[in-house]
Amino acid sequence: MSARPQPRSTAAPDAPPQGAPGASRGTVPVEGSAADLSPGAATGSQRATDQAAAEAVGARRPLDLGQGGPVAASAAAATVGAAAGTGTVELGLPGLSASMFPAFDEHHPPDAALVADCVHCGFCLPTCPTYVLWGEEMDSPRGRIDLMRQGLEGDALEPSAVRHLDQCLGCMACVTACPSGVQYDKLIEATRSQLERRVQRPRAERLMREAIFRLFPYPRRLRAVRGPLWAYQVSGLGGVLRRIGVLDKLPAGLQAMESLAPKLSKAAKLPERTPAQGTKRRTVGLLSGCVQGAFFPDVNAATVRVLAAEGCEVVVPRAQGCCGALSAHAGREREALAFAKRVIATFEQAGVDTVVVNAAGCGSNLKEYAHQLRDEAGWAERAERLAAKVRDITELLDELGPVAARHPLPMTVAYQDACHLAHAQGVRDQPRHVLRGIPGVELAELVEAEICCGSAGTYNLLNPEPARELGERKARAVLASGADIMVTANPGCWMHVATSLARLGERIPVVHTVQVLDASIRGIPVRQLLMTALEGPGTTLARPSASLR
Amino acid sequence: MASLPAPAPAPAPASADAGSIAGLAERLRKAVGVGRVLTDHAQLRTYECDGLTNFRVTPAVVVLAESRQHVIDTVRLCAKAGVPFVARGSGTGLSGGALPVAEGVLLVLSRMRALRPVDPDNARVVVEPGVINLWVTRDASPHDLAYAPDPSSQLVCSIGGNVAENAGGAHCLKYGFTVNHVLGAEVVLPDGSVVHLGGTAPEHPGYDLLGAFIGSEGTLGVATSLTLRLVRVPEAVQTMLVGFHSVEDAGGTVSDIIAAGIVPAAIEMMDALAIEAAEAAVHCGYPAGAVAVLVIELDGPQVEVDAQFAQVERIALARSAFETRIAQDAAERALMWKGRKSAFAAVGRISPAYFVQDGVIPRTQLPQVLSEIGRMADAAGLRVANVFHAGDGNLHPLVLFDDAVEGQAHDAEELAGAILDLCISSGGSITGEHGVGAEKRTKMAVQFTPEDLDTMQLVRCAFDPDGIANPGKIFPTPRLCGERPGPRTGEHPVQAAGLGEVF
Repeated sequence: MSARPQPRSTAAPDAPPQGAPGASRGTVPVEGSAADLSPGAATGSQRATDQAAAEAVGARRPLDLGQGGPVAASAAAATVGAAAGTGTVELGLPGLSASMFPAFDEHHPPDAALVADCVHCGFCLPTCPTYVLWGEEMDSPRGRIDLMRQGLEGDALEPSAVRHLDQCLGCMACVTACPSGVQYDKLIEATRSQLERRVQRPRAERLMREAIFRLFPYPRRLRAVRGPLWAYQVSGLGGVLRRIGVLDKLPAGLQAMESLAPKLSKAAKLPERTPAQGTKRRTVGLLSGCVQGAFFPDVNAATVRVLAAEGCEVVVPRAQGCCGALSAHAGREREALAFAKRVIATFEQAGVDTVVVNAAGCGSNLKEYAHQLRDEAGWAERAERLAAKVRDITELLDELGPVAARHPLPMTVAYQDACHLAHAQGVRDQPRHVLRGIPGVELAELVEAEICCGSAGTYNLLNPEPARELGERKARAVLASGADIMVTANPGCWMHVATSLARLGERIPVVHTVQVLDASIRGIPVRQLLMTALEGPGTTLARPSASLR
Repeated sequence: MASLPAPAPAPAPASADAGSIAGLAERLRKAVGVGRVLTDHAQLRTYECDGLTNFRVTPAVVVLAESRQHVIDTVRLCAKAGVPFVARGSGTGLSGGALPVAEGVLLVLSRMRALRPVDPDNARVVVEPGVINLWVTRDASPHDLAYAPDPSSQLVCSIGGNVAENAGGAHCLKYGFTVNHVLGAEVVLPDGSVVHLGGTAPEHPGYDLLGAFIGSEGTLGVATSLTLRLVRVPEAVQTMLVGFHSVEDAGGTVSDIIAAGIVPAAIEMMDALAIEAAEAAVHCGYPAGAVAVLVIELDGPQVEVDAQFAQVERIALARSAFETRIAQDAAERALMWKGRKSAFAAVGRISPAYFVQDGVIPRTQLPQVLSEIGRMADAAGLRVANVFHAGDGNLHPLVLFDDAVEGQAHDAEELAGAILDLCISSGGSITGEHGVGAEKRTKMAVQFTPEDLDTMQLVRCAFDPDGIANPGKIFPTPRLCGERPGPRTGEHPVQAAGLGEVF
């Protein structure tokens, strides 16, 4: 499977006709366009109107707007389906063959009133990752709302519609961009639940989904694979398998899973209760997460240290399980509700003022509990109370204000907005405040900061090809920023961007926001932080990918 | 925007028509590639309207062109089959200009989004039609250049669509419309031939065919490449927000500023309802209690801007402005504009549904016309929010209604139409920048005499004798161009599709 974009024809748009009809894409590379300039380059005195327009989609400057240029290699397969024999890149999973009627059943169909809020203005288009990749209406937020509306109006749900709805990353950038306040998050979640319950998917896809949801939401199972995974990594078995071509024969989803596995380190157990240093300001409970806990234990350890240093007593309840984010975002409603109830009960018992989350996807899910459990007798109010206590770690730190002394960390940081933090929770300024509060830290803003990196929960496992294309865009943006280190707030983004960098033959140090603050508070020298972040836990093993060989 | 119940999808015609369309789709697939031709019903329905949702038509075929060759092939195959085609960019138009034809092809250009490098010395850039308006300024800004036309949808709308509709924007008052900023275009004519209109020089001898093409709403051909003029970013930009207790005072201020010989970069006006919506959407912090606000922007050399700014302040004060706020930095300026630019869609937050209207009146009539609109709205029992480019008299009344209330959509439509009649009777026009499209074609007969319209038809027929390029738009009664010499069998396809009569 080739993933690298081929060099495009350099013919000018006004060049004479060339070749057989349709044989050449005839588009122009965007070399020399502003997006190739470093973000620090002089941009002249930009019109305030352009600035305002850029902000409307969540981009911080006009320069950050989604780039033009040719559509992605996966466009044909995304548009008409791999089965149509397009001879182009396959998306990795087989499509459906039968349509479904009625499109939705009675249990929480997408809300017709929310669908009607969409005025079709199109302001969501430039911020939608799949529209940026493929440039067609069905894979845009308003197009997907059209597909839902068709179902509500009595059309059958066609296999094509299911594919386009599946292809949504659920990044919620459209929610940020929408001037009419359309709650696309609620619409896609309701639709996903309907699809998950009712669509009969091909066997291979079903097995893949089952495998994912039997593994990732279970911290204990994830911890169990740490041993074999560590052995696999240190033995160099992966290299051997790749050389003899075994890995290439795995389904795309499993290949993606193999390549995403982060480098492991020893995981120290978190104490159940950590006292506040100095005057106690608050009692907080930490959601330790599944992937975060199993693969990024250092992030949790740093979170506990930072919170304690800032005057918080930290409780890490033992009994907590998965918060249900992966399940909820994939439409596995019953599973998600069961997970949610357990988390609510656990943190109620913990008796904390605030529930702190350091993984963007989990935080956004906890904040959604009130909506998710609205129909569950005896739970709706409890869910609402808990959801009101939930804060992202940077939200809480910004709210509390610093008390611990910060030591300088002279370095340039590329802060990567995790979609479930920036778009789903609207937390964009707080992490930047926290980072700017560290002496010596310079922030480098990424181009296309509002566009998803392609990780998107389980998306990079279920839709590896577009995820890879988006990951490489993000990796290039990180490299172009010239930053010394990438900082992110979500384990998914971390693994995915690091993997994408590795595929480009590049490595840069990656850490979580809270780890930077932890290093600053503990007075760790910048060199050591950068070295640890390059070599340490969580960093994907740098290795050439199959497509580069 | 209105969300009238969508009509049931048209039943597939059982005649030979269906066969010919299926055949055409196959030929299109061969020509442009399987992955770029859509005939799946669910997919087609996502293309059934543009930014105007109360007109919906499902096209028979959608072609997602990625190159000029795809456009040429598609147009040639349509011409050969006598099948109508409609070009579409980002689908953000507000007059239904990209409304598909049921038995036709929708030619989507959103994938043709390449920009060539900016030529800073000659202040121009060559782009494909699917390029987004704001990308041009994005690429030009490192050279201290900008693309002047800035419709409020500039971060979504395509240059191709801007050219088709001759798009304007807040800054047209000083810098002119799209037609003033396109130097040349490569155009595929409705018979599939490729011509170059204009060029790279500022002026060209002979007929101004480029001028005729821009604003022709896709009825004369499809642009595949456009050479745009860039303007130097001014030395200074100053923006002020002025609050008034009456719409008349705000309108009067606009007239006074222009009468004083000042040409601001922009004067935008919003009334109380529009302010409420914008505040709800983007928290732009407009003056509390304002019945109308003006966003006034002056640009140019610093000394000139400073002098004129003081003058504008005096004029506003004389018209009882109660609060004048001057943007101190780019962030404040951006916030002032954010309120204005998001106002349309933001109205969705204060009303279940609304119609966006677009009309022009002489600037001097502003206070009277606005009072009259208020009176008409009261009489109809509906609310009208006003957002507009006040400097050139381009009104955008937004007629608010509740589509759940029986008959209200109809009343709102009537009121929107009556506002247009008021524009015409005040000496203005039925559209400032949104175009005629499908929405306002009946109003063309009010604004123009039959002779005027026939003359326009002659131009259309010269380019498109078979009437296959975006039929059913602009003209009140779709007409054909008369039989040409040469063999022809059977009924004219456009006539057969019920789209026109022989003219």
